[in-house]
Amino acid sequence: MIDVLYFAWVRERIGLPRERVETGATTVAGLVEELRAREERYAAAFADTSALRVALDQDLADFDAPLAGVREVAFFPPMTGG
Amino acid sequence: MRVRVRAEAFDQGAEVSAFTTGATGAGAVVSFTGIVRPDGGLTGMEIEHYPGMTEKAITAILEQAVQRWSLVDGLVIHRHGRLAPGEPIMMVATAAPHRADAFAAAEFLMDYLKSRAPFWKKESRDGGETWVAAKDADEDALKRW
Repeated sequence: MIDVLYFAWVRERIGLPRERVETGATTVAGLVEELRAREERYAAAFADTSALRVALDQDLADFDAPLAGVREVAFFPPMTGG
Repeated sequence: MRVRVRAEAFDQGAEVSAFTTGATGAGAVVSFTGIVRPDGGLTGMEIEHYPGMTEKAITAILEQAVQRWSLVDGLVIHRHGRLAPGEPIMMVATAAPHRADAFAAAEFLMDYLKSRAPFWKKESRDGGETWVAAKDADEDALKRW
């Protein structure tokens, strides 16, 4: 089980800020495929992953990064701080 | 070195004053304050962040700046939550032996905070709310470092 977090419009589109996910995926891309297949709201949020960023255990990562040992995955749009 | 992520307002004058007093050995202190720009009928701004990662990401950016420009000290304050036009959003302060390093480090911090610290801005206008989109120029700004 891993914690999956959503922020900004990704959170709004999916309709929740975080959830525990049972996954067989070995990479972030694999997890995205599983989530997309769940329901329309997930498919809509993950329609274009080039518009998304991902963090693994609170460090930015790539979509082809492995999930082994990861406890927390976060999906969000490009950041707009400052 | 201090990083503060908070909802409450801050007093930039008092912050710069305290920072300067604590920056023993510095010959230059530079500070920058970002303000909610009251343009285009903006009525408010909501800033979302990723508690935990926010502090971690800003600390890593600040450590990089301190090392690269041999800063005496560095400070980042960033707010989240609901803000009104004209309110301060965030500030950075850098202290170095000479001004060139203090200026460069402050610009570096600003460029990195824009696109590498997990904050998302949502603007409110009479017509509704919209998420602020990241700009290509913000990503390009990182290339000069």
